[in-house]
Amino acid sequence: MKGIFAKRIKGVELLDHKNTKNMKTEPISLPDKVYLSMVQHIGLRCNPVVSEGDHVDVGQPVGDTDVVFSAPIHASVSGTVVKIEKIMSIMGSMDRHVVIEADGKQTMWEGVKPPVVTDTDSFIKAIRASGIVGLGGAAFPVSVKYSPKNLELVDSLVVNGAECEPYITSDYRAMLEDTEYIIEGIESVMKWLNLRRCYIGIEDNKPEALAKFFKALEGKYHIKVVILKSRYPQGAEKIIIKETTGKVLPPGKLPADIGVLVSNVATVGFIGKYMQTGIPLIEKRITVDGGAVTTPRNLLVPLGTPIYKIIEACGGYKEKPSKILMGGPMMGRAIYHDGKPLIKNNNAILALTEKEAFIEWESPCINCGRCIRACPTNLMPVLLNRAYYNNDFMEMKRLNVQACIGCGCCSYVCPSKRMLNMVHSLGKSKLKEMEKKQ
Amino acid sequence: MENMRYGNLIIAHSPHIDAGITTQKIMGHVIIALLPALVVSGFIFGMRAILLTLVCIVFCILFESLFLRVTGRQDSINDLSAVVTGMLLSFNLPSSLPFWQAIIGCFFAIVVAKQIFGGIGNNFVNPAILGRVVLLISFPSTMTSWPLPKTGFLHSDMATGATPLYELSKGNLENLPNFSEMFIGLHGGSLGETGALAILLGGGFLLFTRIITPQIPLVFLGTMGLVAIVFGQNPLFHILAGGAMLGAFFMATDYTTAPLTSKGKIIFAIGCGFLTMMIRLFGAYPEGVSFAILFMNILTPHINRLTEHKVEGVA
Repeated sequence: MKGIFAKRIKGVELLDHKNTKNMKTEPISLPDKVYLSMVQHIGLRCNPVVSEGDHVDVGQPVGDTDVVFSAPIHASVSGTVVKIEKIMSIMGSMDRHVVIEADGKQTMWEGVKPPVVTDTDSFIKAIRASGIVGLGGAAFPVSVKYSPKNLELVDSLVVNGAECEPYITSDYRAMLEDTEYIIEGIESVMKWLNLRRCYIGIEDNKPEALAKFFKALEGKYHIKVVILKSRYPQGAEKIIIKETTGKVLPPGKLPADIGVLVSNVATVGFIGKYMQTGIPLIEKRITVDGGAVTTPRNLLVPLGTPIYKIIEACGGYKEKPSKILMGGPMMGRAIYHDGKPLIKNNNAILALTEKEAFIEWESPCINCGRCIRACPTNLMPVLLNRAYYNNDFMEMKRLNVQACIGCGCCSYVCPSKRMLNMVHSLGKSKLKEMEKKQ
Repeated sequence: MENMRYGNLIIAHSPHIDAGITTQKIMGHVIIALLPALVVSGFIFGMRAILLTLVCIVFCILFESLFLRVTGRQDSINDLSAVVTGMLLSFNLPSSLPFWQAIIGCFFAIVVAKQIFGGIGNNFVNPAILGRVVLLISFPSTMTSWPLPKTGFLHSDMATGATPLYELSKGNLENLPNFSEMFIGLHGGSLGETGALAILLGGGFLLFTRIITPQIPLVFLGTMGLVAIVFGQNPLFHILAGGAMLGAFFMATDYTTAPLTSKGKIIFAIGCGFLTMMIRLFGAYPEGVSFAILFMNILTPHINRLTEHKVEGVA
């Protein structure tokens, strides 16, 4: 039942602010120091495998762990490890960072060579060694995602090219500039994981990317391009699965449980490139934008580069930034100073001026129901908000707060500026804590 | 420690942008939507109607700010909700009502119905309706003597007569106004409820700007029409007469006292329409919109509970 009667996703319509969409990705000049955090993924932290004073080359592992649920960290520049220090991460935890002083030569590590893949196991091993995490923003280790317990049930790959957040164009540039790598990445993932179908979901506000993929995929019937209506949060995992495959992802379940794997275009693009060159994840294509940035650009930046260095590459600050975001304005994380290093799952740095960053104070909820109409997962944020302020976490559970995907549509439309999305996050973590205690 | 250029940046949970709509803007839209009806009412019932509206607005604001100051609550006068309450209350009063009685209505609307229960967003009945019902029960004679229309802003003639619904309840069918008169509002009634065309204009504006959703007004009036047909009455007459239009577009759509989901809104509106007609046809009062909405307001929490959304994929 598609066509005009197809139920469109709820969510919200956003001004897309894609100011940088015609700007080619350019490499940034090398920073003199990079700060490589040992936690750049969901999962367990890595331990440094180099020590102070060591010389490292590009692509050499500097952090790793035996635990499967993780991804190794590689040197993004060649140079000397000057320090291993504890720095507060943007999440507020004290994490070890390997600080490398660049020597400017960018010599490649001798261990960097195309991986030899013969079966599923060696493919997963190669993926783990590449250090790749979900580049869409979640930073879930891809090797873990690609080795679910029930792999034999999985038959489709969904490639997420929706990029529904305003401002960000890095995935769009990847789709135009790395089309071949993305298709090769898809082919190798499908080949080694025995998947039958692949859907690439791209929003209809990116006609050039759609045209490029339609052309490149002529005759490849197992890969299907799905045109998505441009509406936020079209790129949320749960939504894009439904829009492309028609399957519903129940809350608390992984996509593999319903036979689907979801990866971002940048992730599969990286896999395609890695299969040819063997260079691990050491740099990231990011969009730098926002009212406080002189010339917004798309850049290819070595991991661990401090953010103020990245802004300098864009002509510096035009005016005083009052909020800096890692990621888009709907789901991005605000950081408290601009010395923080770039991490793997960043796809944008937005420096907002005081005017852009200001959101009014909360006023009483007037029960208008806009949040209910906007919620793409059909939650009732107004009731969740009430339950939270009554300290009634069981009521929040009954209202399925755990199904919240954190897209922020509820807070976006709220006339009373209630921090609904934050309340949901708090409710979710409180419930997690309560469940742990039991 | 790392170097930085700027520290002390604002930290906040996502999202970092908003749609730019505020409570104040919503209330402002409602006020604009009520203006056509106010102008028409001034034209039909004279300056006294506009004066009464101003008195209600001023005293609603006064009671609200006094209450907020006395109880030390956060000042929320700027959200303009008191202005809306004042306007709606006056629209439900005959233009000849003594000012002191209207002021008592303002007190009940703002202090008793709204602020005592926690202020904006926490009242369980529509403040304007509660104010009107208190006045109707307390001052039955002044609340049911309806000035007759006499077009022109400056007349001061205060002849009174019956509303079309009163004539109907007494069986005086030959005294009923014709439909074009009813559509423009040239008949006896509360000062803001008679001009169906003006109310439609305002309601259309609210629908167009998405301040209200169409479920409540459409289902409310539709149910009334249907019940009228079942009982052999003229549906158009019932929709245009009394406070039905004003109630359906402006009173029943009040965010706080109407259900949250569209399913709930439909149930709510069916109840409003049905009860209105039952009171009109069988009740002691010729008009029942206020009582119907008041009753459904009380049921709203239960309707909300009944129509809670299911999350996809949850068993």
